[in-house]
Order: sequence, then C-alpha cells, then structure tokens
Amino acid sequence: MKSISLLAPGHRGCAGCCDAMAAKFTLMGAGEDCIVVSPTGCLEVMTTPYPETSWDVPWIHSLFENAGAVASGIEAALRALGKQGTKVIAMGGDGATMDIGLQALSGAFERGHNFTYVCIDNEAYMNTGVQRSAGTPYGASTTTSPAGKVSFGNPRLKKNMPAIMVAHGSPYVATTSLAYPKDMIAKVKKATEIEGPTYIHCHAPCTTGWGFDTSKTVEVARMAVQTGLWPLYEVEDGKVTKVRKIGANKKPVEEYLKMQRRFKHLFTMEGGADEVAKIQAIADKNIEEFGL
Amino acid sequence: MARETKMDKQKMVVVEGSYAVANAVRVCRPNVISAYPITPQTHIVEELSKFIADGEIPNCEYINVESEFSALSALIGSSAVGARSYSATTSQGLELMHEVLFNVAGMRLPIVMTVANRAVSAPINIWNDHQDSISQRDTGWIQLYAENIQEISDMTAQAFKISEDRDVMMPCMTCMDGFILSHVYEPLVLLEQEITDEFLPPFRPERILDSKNPLTFGAFADPNFYTEFRYQQERAMQNSLKKIEDTANEFYDMFGRHFGGLIDEYCTEDADIIIMAMGSIIGTIKDVIDRLREKNVKIGLLKVRAFRPFPAQAIMNVIRDAKVVVVLDKNISLGMNAGALFIETKSVLYNTDIDVPVIGYMIGQGGRDIPMSTIEKIISDAEEVMRSGIKVESQFTDLKEELV
Repeated sequence: MKSISLLAPGHRGCAGCCDAMAAKFTLMGAGEDCIVVSPTGCLEVMTTPYPETSWDVPWIHSLFENAGAVASGIEAALRALGKQGTKVIAMGGDGATMDIGLQALSGAFERGHNFTYVCIDNEAYMNTGVQRSAGTPYGASTTTSPAGKVSFGNPRLKKNMPAIMVAHGSPYVATTSLAYPKDMIAKVKKATEIEGPTYIHCHAPCTTGWGFDTSKTVEVARMAVQTGLWPLYEVEDGKVTKVRKIGANKKPVEEYLKMQRRFKHLFTMEGGADEVAKIQAIADKNIEEFGL
Repeated sequence: MARETKMDKQKMVVVEGSYAVANAVRVCRPNVISAYPITPQTHIVEELSKFIADGEIPNCEYINVESEFSALSALIGSSAVGARSYSATTSQGLELMHEVLFNVAGMRLPIVMTVANRAVSAPINIWNDHQDSISQRDTGWIQLYAENIQEISDMTAQAFKISEDRDVMMPCMTCMDGFILSHVYEPLVLLEQEITDEFLPPFRPERILDSKNPLTFGAFADPNFYTEFRYQQERAMQNSLKKIEDTANEFYDMFGRHFGGLIDEYCTEDADIIIMAMGSIIGTIKDVIDRLREKNVKIGLLKVRAFRPFPAQAIMNVIRDAKVVVVLDKNISLGMNAGALFIETKSVLYNTDIDVPVIGYMIGQGGRDIPMSTIEKIISDAEEVMRSGIKVESQFTDLKEELV
C-alpha cells in the first residue's frame, strides 16, 4: 500500500467530501500505474476545473453514461498496443453507475474487459442538488422524492447493484465503506489484480446531500455498517467468501437515521415510527442473510 | 476542374461496397474497431470481424459493444491512449451516438467512422437518404460524401490522414449511400497494403493517456475557458479545408486516382446551369449531363465532397458565372422546407457580389429512386428559372400528391 496520495489536495470538494476520500483510497489501492475514467458527477467537476487538475494519474472524463464503454476501449487499446500492466479503473457515482450508465457498464462486464469499476454511492444525484437515484434508500427525502403530507420520501428500496454485478459473472465483487479505509484499499488492490471485470461498491455518505456535520462523514459511514444497513462482504466467482462481522457493535437503525437530515421527517411525521421499523427490517434481513 | 483519374484496369476486382470499405480499413492498420450492427452498415463490420478472426489485421482489437452509444464511447478511450480507432454506423445508430459525437470532436480525437447513409424514423425506413449524417452537421466532425465504391474505399485512407494531421485532430465521417453503394458490386482497385503504408503513417498523437506522463482529458471548463475550446475546434475545421485538398492530391500522386478534394466539377467551365449534389446521385447526374450536352444544353455538375468543413470559397468560385444553380438534397431541415446543402449554399452567397438564382429540390427521401427523367425535369425547371426567374424556391420532387 502506498501512503502517498495520487489525488492532489486543493480540489474543490466540500468539506468532509466522500468522493475525495473514495478516490484517494481507490488510488492507494491501485497504485500509480493506472488510467482512471470518471463519468460526469461531483468527482469529475471538483477535481478538474480547467486549467487545474487534482489527478496525478492519467484521467479521462467523457460523458455521464459511458464510463464502462470508455474503460472498455482503453483496456482493449492497451492490449492492442502491447501496453500490458497498466490498470484501468472507472470511478463513478451511483447515478452514473446504477441508472444512466448501467447499460454501458453491463456491456463491459458481459464482454469481460479487464478493469475495475468503483461505484462511489452517495445515494442520490448530488452534482445537481440532491435528487433521487436508484441508490437512494427507502424513506430518504430528496428533492425529487421529498417527504410531504402524504409521502415519507423515497418509496423504493436501493437497487441491489452488487448482486447485479455478481450476476454478470464478475470474478470479484466487494462492498466497501469510507469508515474502513484499510479494508477498501485492500479490496481495490485485490480487484485490480484479478483478471477480468471487477466491481467495488463503496458506501459514501455525502455531508451536503444527507445533512450532517462536515466532520461526521466517517462516523455516519461506520454507523451504516454497524446497523447492518451496509454489509461489507466479498463475492468471488459468485460465492460470498468474506463478511465483516458486526457482532456486539450492532446498533439500531434509529441511531443512523437520526444523524441525518434526509430522514428527519421519519421522527416528526405521524406514522414515522412504522417507517423506521421497515428500515430496521431491511437491516435485520441483511444481518440474517450475511450472518453479520 | 478535376484531374483525370488513372484507373489501373489490370488490378480491378468486382466486390461489394461494404467489402471495399472493410478492406480499406484493414490496410489502414486500425488498433481498435468498435461497432454495433445495423442495416445497411452491417456488411462492413461483418467483413472486419472476419478479417480479425482470420488474423488479417495485426495488433487490432474488435469490441462487440452493446449499442452504438458504447461503440463510439469505447473509441474515445482507445483513441485517447493512442490507438487508431474505427467504427461504422448508420441512421438510428448515428442518432444514438449524437452526444458522443460532440465529445469525440471536443476532445480532438481523430476517429474515423463510415456512415452508410440511411433515412431516420418514424416511419422506420432502412433505405438511403442523407438525413442521418446531415442531422449531425454541428457535432464537429469532418463529413465527406462518396460518389461510388472506389471513392469510399480511397476516402477511408484519406480520412485517417486528414483527421490525424496535427493541425486538424478532428474526427471524420466518410459517408456512403446505404444499399446504393454499401450493397452494390462494382469494379474497383482495392487499396494495397504496401502503398497505403507509405501514404498513411502510423498514428502517433502528441498527447495520450499514459501513466508515465499523466494528463487529464475531458476536464470541466467554465465560462472563462469554454469559448476558447470552441474557437480552436472551428480553427481546426478551417485548417482541414486545405488538408482535405492536399490529401486528395497526395493520394492522386501515389495511387493515380482523384475524385475531387473539397468539391469536384464536371462540365462546369461554360455551364449556365450548375447542379450541386452529394453522394451516389452524382453518377446519374453525369449521365444526364452527357445526354443534354449532346443537345447543346450548357449544364455542369458541382459535386460537394466535403459538407463539413463547408467549402464556401470553392463553391463560390465555381458558381460565380452560372445563370442558375440547382441544389439537390437527400435531406430536409423541417420547418425550413429546404435541404441543408441548399440552405448553406444560399447562406454563403449572401453578402457577396455573386447574384445567381439558387433553387432547391428535396429528392430521394427514404430511398425513393431518382431516375434520369427526374433530373431532366429539374433541369427544365432550371431553364424556366433562367427565362423568367424563381417561382418556387425549394420543393419536394416526385411527390405522390394522391397520398398526401
């Protein structure tokens, strides 16, 4: 593991920004011989305001929905040009990964390109405000799934993206959290060393979008893991091979939800307790399924 | 006036247009080909896939993408790491690429793509017109239109050379009429490897994605910088005007074939009536001209080979002394009741001292056949304009009134 950061300080991320941390940990895991593709999103905008750049590795942004395809082209070209050894990494937000970019990502994984895709999941479209994405959890209030007189916010569960990537036959899929950097760095390293399309899904709390103090990013991230809402696991060749146990550290979801403005309505609206119970059930199901 | 074309009849073979294109791509030594099948482009990518399967294109990867959007997106990645990159598409596929087309041009990636021109839906129609590529005219791609399969073959090698020039670095669409050229068998001289290697040097871009020298591609530019990027794109387009001419001449010197640079001319020197058009209809028009010239009708042809960049000066030089100009368009800009070539031609004449009447016809929409009799009818209209001025500026031809 390299301790130097290949993402230079002085980028334009918010204080407590999850993207900056996720990108830094990813590069620490991948090392400097890599090429990074980013779709449109916070990470792209905050790190590359022309004529400045925060990237100490070759980096390319094309569009919102094509990172999987651009990475495919890079990987194929490196092979054609005989430039083996350089790792290819795509790093995008939940919207670019789970919604608009899913087709290109699916195509790339089905074709078996040798690259690693890192989803920085801050659970909404943060670059244009805070709009609902397929990564937005049940009950979260966003500007396009607002809590209101007859709404408890987002009515749908998060899309199970890691399972979708496992279903593509990926040799390695892992979930990570910003609260566990060593775990994330090790998983990225492992993913980039495995031949074939590998996938890392990083849970990344957004101080602006979720509504918590800028000093609390890591604490909020840790709480998601400790409640069971964000299980940390690895899947190799379709089988769960490693799970991070929470055991005695287990916390009720209420503690996690209360840390964030986007769930505030669940504690003020009539019937909110039932909604909190539904979210607890989601966590309990994870705990049972993964033996957390 | 166009140079005489020396065609080596000894070397001629009869192949399908799509094969001619695929062969031309092969000898240009691409490193990455990425395409999605769509009629009538499919035969091109099938032939290329076969070449790859037979090991006939060394150091080349073929990516079987899941859509045209990804086909061109993959080439963004490959071109940015320094791979010569090629795709082919048509119609709906080209429209699906629309957003990526801008991106390729904005990042100055010299990708070459064959467009087997086809109508766009609705109603769905697989036959030829130029609506698909004309709809992409503002995306920053050089657009060249071929008259026959010899030209589309030769144009393929020229396109890489033009696009990859350091003063240009803009992508290029080589356009061939779907079915009419893509599926026709004609005699031609296939591009040979050895002489193409001499004509087209290896792709060595100045700036690539390389971990030994990290660069940022596709940064975010605020209002302080965006205008200058757009200005430089336009300047590169203007640079390509000369490069297209020079490349056609260099090609002629090495291969002995010349189909025009930005434009080509046929019987224009003393012509009262000049017909302007693009693509395969040029052959029909030449036949009509031959027939009418025997009857002493002073008629000539201006073949527009480059639609982007628009060869304004070259066009003005040719039509300056004509008495009427007729523009044929296999496309329409809806709401303008006119085709794009007509609109652009008129626009370059305004604010000049050239005062020639210009009339336009929208022809061959969705693959409707354009017989010689249609061209003759249009020419008799033009003669009427010479006598008594313009009555109808722009119109559809061969419209079945009973159906509308």
